[in-house]
Amino acid sequence: MEIFALLGDGFATSLSPINLMIVLLGVTAGLFIGAMPGLGSVNGVAIVLPLTFIVPPSSAIILLAAIYYGAMYGGAISSVLLGIPGASTAVATTFDGRPMAQKGQAGLALMAAATASFVGGTISVILFTIFAVPLADLALAFGPAEEFALVLLAFTTFVGLGGDDILKTIIMICLGLVLSTVGLDLISGQPRLIFFDQPGFYSGISFLVLAIGVYGIGEVLFTIETSQKGQTVTAARLTFGEMAAGLKTMVRLWKTMSVGSFLGFFVGMLPAAGATPASLMAYGIAKSTSKEPETFGKGNIEGVAAPETANNAASTGSLLPMLTLGIPGSPTTALLLGGMVMWGLVPGPMLFIEQPDFVWGLISSLYTANFAAVVINIALIPLFVWALRMPFTVLCTLVLVLCIVGGFAPSQKMHDVWLILGFGVVGYLLRKADYPLAPLVLALVLGPLMEKSFRQTLISEQGNILAFVERPLSGLFITIAVVFFFLPIVKGLTRRFNFLKLVFSKQQ
Amino acid sequence: MQTADRMIALAIVAMSAYFMYYAWELPIGWNGETGGPGAGAFPFWLSLIMAFAALGVLLRSLRQERQLTRFFSDRALRPIIAVTLALTVTIFLMPLAGAYIALPLFMLWYLKIFGRHGWILTGILAVATPVFLFFFFEVTLKILLPKGFTEPWFIPLYAKFF
Repeated sequence: MEIFALLGDGFATSLSPINLMIVLLGVTAGLFIGAMPGLGSVNGVAIVLPLTFIVPPSSAIILLAAIYYGAMYGGAISSVLLGIPGASTAVATTFDGRPMAQKGQAGLALMAAATASFVGGTISVILFTIFAVPLADLALAFGPAEEFALVLLAFTTFVGLGGDDILKTIIMICLGLVLSTVGLDLISGQPRLIFFDQPGFYSGISFLVLAIGVYGIGEVLFTIETSQKGQTVTAARLTFGEMAAGLKTMVRLWKTMSVGSFLGFFVGMLPAAGATPASLMAYGIAKSTSKEPETFGKGNIEGVAAPETANNAASTGSLLPMLTLGIPGSPTTALLLGGMVMWGLVPGPMLFIEQPDFVWGLISSLYTANFAAVVINIALIPLFVWALRMPFTVLCTLVLVLCIVGGFAPSQKMHDVWLILGFGVVGYLLRKADYPLAPLVLALVLGPLMEKSFRQTLISEQGNILAFVERPLSGLFITIAVVFFFLPIVKGLTRRFNFLKLVFSKQQ
Repeated sequence: MQTADRMIALAIVAMSAYFMYYAWELPIGWNGETGGPGAGAFPFWLSLIMAFAALGVLLRSLRQERQLTRFFSDRALRPIIAVTLALTVTIFLMPLAGAYIALPLFMLWYLKIFGRHGWILTGILAVATPVFLFFFFEVTLKILLPKGFTEPWFIPLYAKFF
């Protein structure tokens, strides 16, 4: 099998001492970031990205992926110990994780979360390995028309499946796309949207500036508002006997965990869905298929295992379209994509041909990261209990200072630091008014690709706008995109129709 | 909440108009015979969609019944304004007095006054963070942070580490 040879070569890269160190460092950092209430993988990656200049680009991506991974594990920690999710992806873990902690089983709940994450991570990484090559091969046939159609499809999933207010989602997508056009136009070379004639806008608005603003400063402002004083950290102790008993229980949950893994992986691939809905869905399925659904929400270990497998599987799932097609499956992978482009490693099928060492090194590092995360997670439980006692104000100060310096470092312009503050405040206000931020970040990252592919297609097809639907693959993508776009309207109509039927049948 | 929602929607409409005004200066339609859409087309038409969507949000909000939920709770507004102002002052100070004065001052304010922590914790963090930043960014990454009038103080340090 060719895959095994490629993966073997990948392990040769990822098991080199420096990359192994980087994985361990990234996973540990990710675990702590994920465990902090309010900070999740996307905040961690946004804040840490400027610091990764210290290692070579391929190692930097491995570091960020390890942080992503660790944060997914870490999210469960504050869900269990504080009862507030460490990241939105761990919301479903609070349902049963918190009651378990209150019953004195915090250690067991944490162990269950870690094991479930490991199972979800492992199954999804295997799925990733299987699907990566065929998908990249398929993507090799893509021209600009297909690229445009695919990006359009990615955005319409937000409208059709995102679950947020549709008008507000459209606004955020458009805003992100318009902001991505600031600076010099790639095709005509004309300067565009140079606001207030500030020279800083000539180089465009970096995704990093938006991400640090929205996910760094905006998040801190949000945390200041929502943080309440006097949270109690539940102590967690875990004896080896409990651990053995816990593992035995977990083995019996193999069905729940495999459902969660597959579900998480495929839901995670969709840009609009991702880890949070995947974990909620897995929780719902586990509850409805359980023999004793009434015990859910009262500290059933299955209720911890199901969402935790799903959210870890989803994080791997969202990496698949990012790496093979160049379309990120989540805001965090959008930042990874931005980082890779910044370092000259453009994701997409060509990466598999031109940089096989890097691609397979990264994929194999997911295996090592997964293994490292479960070991470090269980070993460091006492340390997390201690770290969660850290006051919010200390955490916020450090995050804000890192945001300012991290925003300055890549471009070394104060202009970007001011923009970060602006995006932070505006992003915070928009988030409070129920505007979704993920489509904004995704649109800014994908905007240049979308515009370029759109205009290239029109130039090469002499302005024939039908070119997008005439080519089979791009026509298929556009059709699915149209379906997604009109999904909410259809849903609304059927609801109204059912209502009418109900009224009608009552009258008879 | 409703008022804030309407104000934000209005602001987005205004912002779209502003974007469109900038994009208008460039070709927003067809660019010559086979040139494809002009440079201004993408931002212009997307801003137009954005404006219509924001108008939709506004109209929907006007059609709703009056709700009396507050956008900001009184308890939340003050700390948020305080932190935003502190950040503004810090970023303003950075090019003038340098990162190594602005950032410790910010941390001092945040930890001691805003967070009401003790002097020991505040002192340790306000000293350790700039030292870490110096070694991480300047010594290792060779990225110079703004120094302002403190530039001369760093010359002996440069001589030592570069």
